[in-house]
Amino acid sequence: MATETITGSSRPASAGSAARSVRKTRSPLWFAVSEGVRSALHSIRAHAFRSFLTTLGIIIGVASVIAMVSIIQGLSYAIGQQFQGLGSNSITVTAYTPIEERLQGRIARLTPDDLELISYRIDGIESITPVMSSGIGQLRHGANTASAQIIGTTYTFQDVAQYYTASGRFLSDSDNDTRRRVVVIGETVRENLSLPADPVGEFVQINGEWLKIIGLLEPRGEILGNDLDNRVLLPFSTMQTLTGNRARPDIQIQLTVANRDEMESVVQRIERLLRSAHGLGPDDDDDFQIQTAEELRNTIDSILTNVTVVMGGIVGISLLVGGIGIMNIMLVSVTERTREIGICKAIGAKRHHILFQFLLEALVLCLIGGLVGLAIGYGIGALAASLIPGFPAAHTPLWAVALALGFSAVVGIVFGILPAAKAANLDPISSLRYE
Amino acid sequence: MPVIQLEQVSKHYVMGQHVIKAVDAIDLTIERNEYVVIIGSSGSGKSTVMNIIGCLDTPTSGRYLLNGRNVAGLNEGELADVRNQEIGFIFQSFNLLPRMTALGNVMQPLIYAGVPLAERRKEAMRYLERVGLAERADHLPNQLSGGQRQRVAIARALVTGPSILLADEPTGNLDSQTTVEILALFDELHADGQTIVVVTHEPDVAAHGERIIRLRDGKIVEDVRNPPRGGAE
Repeated sequence: MATETITGSSRPASAGSAARSVRKTRSPLWFAVSEGVRSALHSIRAHAFRSFLTTLGIIIGVASVIAMVSIIQGLSYAIGQQFQGLGSNSITVTAYTPIEERLQGRIARLTPDDLELISYRIDGIESITPVMSSGIGQLRHGANTASAQIIGTTYTFQDVAQYYTASGRFLSDSDNDTRRRVVVIGETVRENLSLPADPVGEFVQINGEWLKIIGLLEPRGEILGNDLDNRVLLPFSTMQTLTGNRARPDIQIQLTVANRDEMESVVQRIERLLRSAHGLGPDDDDDFQIQTAEELRNTIDSILTNVTVVMGGIVGISLLVGGIGIMNIMLVSVTERTREIGICKAIGAKRHHILFQFLLEALVLCLIGGLVGLAIGYGIGALAASLIPGFPAAHTPLWAVALALGFSAVVGIVFGILPAAKAANLDPISSLRYE
Repeated sequence: MPVIQLEQVSKHYVMGQHVIKAVDAIDLTIERNEYVVIIGSSGSGKSTVMNIIGCLDTPTSGRYLLNGRNVAGLNEGELADVRNQEIGFIFQSFNLLPRMTALGNVMQPLIYAGVPLAERRKEAMRYLERVGLAERADHLPNQLSGGQRQRVAIARALVTGPSILLADEPTGNLDSQTTVEILALFDELHADGQTIVVVTHEPDVAAHGERIIRLRDGKIVEDVRNPPRGGAE
């Protein structure tokens, strides 16, 4: 603005002196931004319905990103919580049969012998727990029957799996040593069998054998549709007796290491030990799997991350389409407002004023769409999570909010530039004549 | 120093083989507080002259001194500043921004001048009062009559304190009663010291000017002082 030089000294005193004296009292950029936003909001309000239609693509795009990310993050968060219970120093050994061998009818197993071998031959183990699951079994109490997951284990399972009793006591070492016919039940089992609130001392029948209830577990809720309370726990040795006709029951071995730093070496030693115990040659694959809690968690995390990225990409396309929609409407709007642009230029608008106005209009439109989409997506995520039974609560991370809004802004700028440039470059004389 | 000084100003368009001389080597000097009427038939070049004087267009040759500064060679951005600060446009079809209130329309040039909102509102209200439309400040253009719209346009033209009020057929879309009112307002502004240039083809409008310039084929063919009107209104 170099017009001060032509401000005549002899102009009529009344005219515009105040306007001149207050010019450039603020930073030009701030002035341009605030005026541009004001004008953009004015224009969006003046065409409220069209603005809504224009930004619909962005609203839907952002809403789906947020809803999806919230649900997946909620899931990931819940899984993380579960794994915290396992502790970072725990190792799980399970039998593993490659698919070809399974087709040949060979099933690998871990046996109580393996458990004994590991507990006697490996140093650095803090606790070791066998877990024998027979899958779903039938329970009976009086006239009521129920099915539940039956797990044979020992005292240390309490710490390894974070199962604590609400009343009564947990399985003890002596229960295991003397093969006592006792059982600890979950809350769902208690309800299904119509047992009293404190069922300790009652008897239930499992596979035809009577067992005494010695404890009730604290409710744990569901994870992924798996009811953690529909379980009964009995001593490992008692479980062996109950399933006694099976010569080599398959078990899972859970152990914790005394020192986290020895994790690697303990895993390696167990692997060597089991390979030789199972008589595997150097070319044979392991017939067991050793997993640390951290590994398991990382695996699940990476799956969830991949799902997030893939779905985010799909949704990104919808944002792109939304952006193109905005560009189209803006181009139409420029044509429609050609005369207005001509008027503005005649009364002193420079190219950057017009450019800025249209660019900010696209940007503000996209950001409003982003915010509306954010609210809708948050609502959908929360609703979906609460509608699916047993699904963890949705969790909307800040990065997703920032990403969605940032992406909306980028879409606004990228797709606003072309229409804005078109508007800014209009010739004032022909625009004024435009009908 | 004259407000407007055109020296050998030409605007030529090349159309294939032909050169169309829309404006052909015009010399024109307009002093401060003159009330000049430019008349001419369609195609006489009066629109082009008006666009050049209004800095919407630049001449292909010649010098245009506005308040002593040659604006013929200015770039687009500088011309926009000149239009904003020195020229007040009034159009036949009013050309108000349709989505803005009367006040918003009058404030608009001040945005381009960089005036903050509170100051803008104050200034714009002052000029709306000047044209007698203060109580219509919140009305949209389509809620105003033709005469009222033209008054808003005049307030908008005056708000930056321009050197010239440049009106293109300002009463072309108005009925005779409103025409009289608008021309009376022009007379008042002239009496207050405003320099006014009106482009028209209507003799009634031309009669209000002090000086009449007739254009034909891009040339000035007549430049006469109007006999002072004896208390016409």
